[in-house]
Amino acid sequence: MSRSITLGQYLPGNSYVHRLNPRLKILALLLLLVLLFSLNSFAGLFSLLAMALLLLFSARIPFRYFLKGLRPILYIVIFALIIYLFFTKGGVVLLRIGSFTIESEGVREGFFVITRLITLIIFSLLVTLTTTPLSLTHGMSFFMKPLSKIGLPTDEVAMIMAIALRFIPTLMEESQRLMRAQVSRGADFETGSIFRRAQNLVPLIVPLFVSAFRRADDLALAMEARGYRLGAKRTRLHVDKVLPADLGTLIFVIILIAAAFYFKL
Amino acid sequence: MVKKPEIIIEAKALEFNYPGDSLNRSSAINGIDMTVNRGEYLAIIGPNGSGKTTLLKLFNALLAPSGGEVLVEGISTVDHEKVPLIRRSCGMIFQNPDNQLVATTVEEDIAFGLENLALPSAEIRQRVTEVAQRLHLDKLLLHPPHLLSGGEKQRVAIAGILAMQPRCILMDEPTAMLDPSGRREVLDTVKALNREEGIAIIHVTHFPEEAAHADRVLVLNQGEVVEDGPAEIILTDLEMLHSYNLQGTAVVELAALLRQDGFNLPTRILHNRELVNSLCQYERKS
Ligand SMILES: Nc1ncnc2c1ncn2[C@@H]1O[C@H](COP(=O)(O)OP(=O)(O)OP(=O)(O)O)[C@@H](O)[C@H]1O
Ligand SMILES: [Mg+2]
Repeated sequence: MSRSITLGQYLPGNSYVHRLNPRLKILALLLLLVLLFSLNSFAGLFSLLAMALLLLFSARIPFRYFLKGLRPILYIVIFALIIYLFFTKGGVVLLRIGSFTIESEGVREGFFVITRLITLIIFSLLVTLTTTPLSLTHGMSFFMKPLSKIGLPTDEVAMIMAIALRFIPTLMEESQRLMRAQVSRGADFETGSIFRRAQNLVPLIVPLFVSAFRRADDLALAMEARGYRLGAKRTRLHVDKVLPADLGTLIFVIILIAAAFYFKL
Repeated sequence: MVKKPEIIIEAKALEFNYPGDSLNRSSAINGIDMTVNRGEYLAIIGPNGSGKTTLLKLFNALLAPSGGEVLVEGISTVDHEKVPLIRRSCGMIFQNPDNQLVATTVEEDIAFGLENLALPSAEIRQRVTEVAQRLHLDKLLLHPPHLLSGGEKQRVAIAGILAMQPRCILMDEPTAMLDPSGRREVLDTVKALNREEGIAIIHVTHFPEEAAHADRVLVLNQGEVVEDGPAEIILTDLEMLHSYNLQGTAVVELAALLRQDGFNLPTRILHNRELVNSLCQYERKS
């Protein structure tokens, strides 16, 4: 059971997107998002969507991951659609319900906004599904680096994230063990009202917290014994090398943006 | 002239009180003078609360002495600037294998100490590869720690220390949470490092069988060193061990029982082979 615990959303693979430098992926994502929100034409938007789908396909990401990624924004999409359909006026009247009308301009705008949101989700998924959580953490801490100038502990935050990633499976295992121990003594986590079930979780959560704090204590000691010091300079085993493919990708994205502005897409 | 053995760790009139220790309770470490020589395998035994863990933490500069001093390769552990040097030459392995692995993969964990030394990435990579081969962890390099067995986890922890090229490894009950096969795995690794690479081992243990692997055994009681000598002398002195609520190895206890029954066995029988040999000879003699 514990072996099936996956961390984050990472899908192992060896595609072009998988191999890109994580820092570059984050930078490219930011640039593409800016582009996405400055596009005004369907032509530009659809080209970008086509590109996103192509990349998604080339990274061999199963379609259900894409659907899963869409789920959290489903309500936003529906809400946006309703707002645009009913409140954007212009063009011909397509439908009349009492005093409400749906006009062609509303349909156009609504459709545009939804396409934009979906494209945004695909690009974000492309980054989170093809980068290990650890690389992602280090990539983000690279862009946070300037913040350390104003006293924010960016390296330490990256270390905290990395340790959290390391211990999530361990704590999951432990909670499952505790749960089995409680179930064998007649505890019931599956039936009863929500309140009842929450109450039953207490004997699970208390020992879990106690043990997590003990672990934190031990770990701090072990890290200190291995020479970790807050604020000291560190290096890393993995260096994210910038390869020609990374530079090529960056140049391509910049050309895309320039073209979009030039042709007023 | 006999060459004087090189001293790695030296404790002088060492004392330590935990904050909040009241006057009527004795100190956790109560005036210890001792030395550890280069390449030595030293076992430390003693009842619960006798100060074994505290002593190791003092050696590793995790605690600062309340009195006296600890010198690691001549450097005092209170010298803040030099603490990284001390941690590099004397690494420490803890009891719980789960709570001392920091990174999300084995290779990153082995690299952790080297990253803290701010070595160049290429050198870190090279050392990680070497150490992984040495400890037969090369197939596990990309595994996340939670999928390893207890014995493997402890070997990863040892690899992380070994990568720093230490003179000495401090181990606080490293096998206490392992099954018998994991225990053997860790012990064999440690013994090989001691014999083949001359790394000094200080091994705190509750298992007399493990202490029997050491060259020298130290008995701690209430923060004091009460016995210190070769393994075959300390571990065969059952009367002394029992007086501190410690057990002898199965062989020593058995030999004592046989002696009680009137068998005239030699006094210093520690290892299985010695018992077997003297029993065989016994039969022939009688
Ligand atoms: N963090 C602490 N705060 C206060 N007192 C402590 C602390 N840790 C240990 N002690 C006390 O110091 C003494 C020595 O403890 P230590 O942990 O060194 O013993 P030990 O020989 O390692 O025991 P064990 O065999 O149980 O591991 C004990 O009396 C213990 O209660
Ligand atoms: Mg202890």
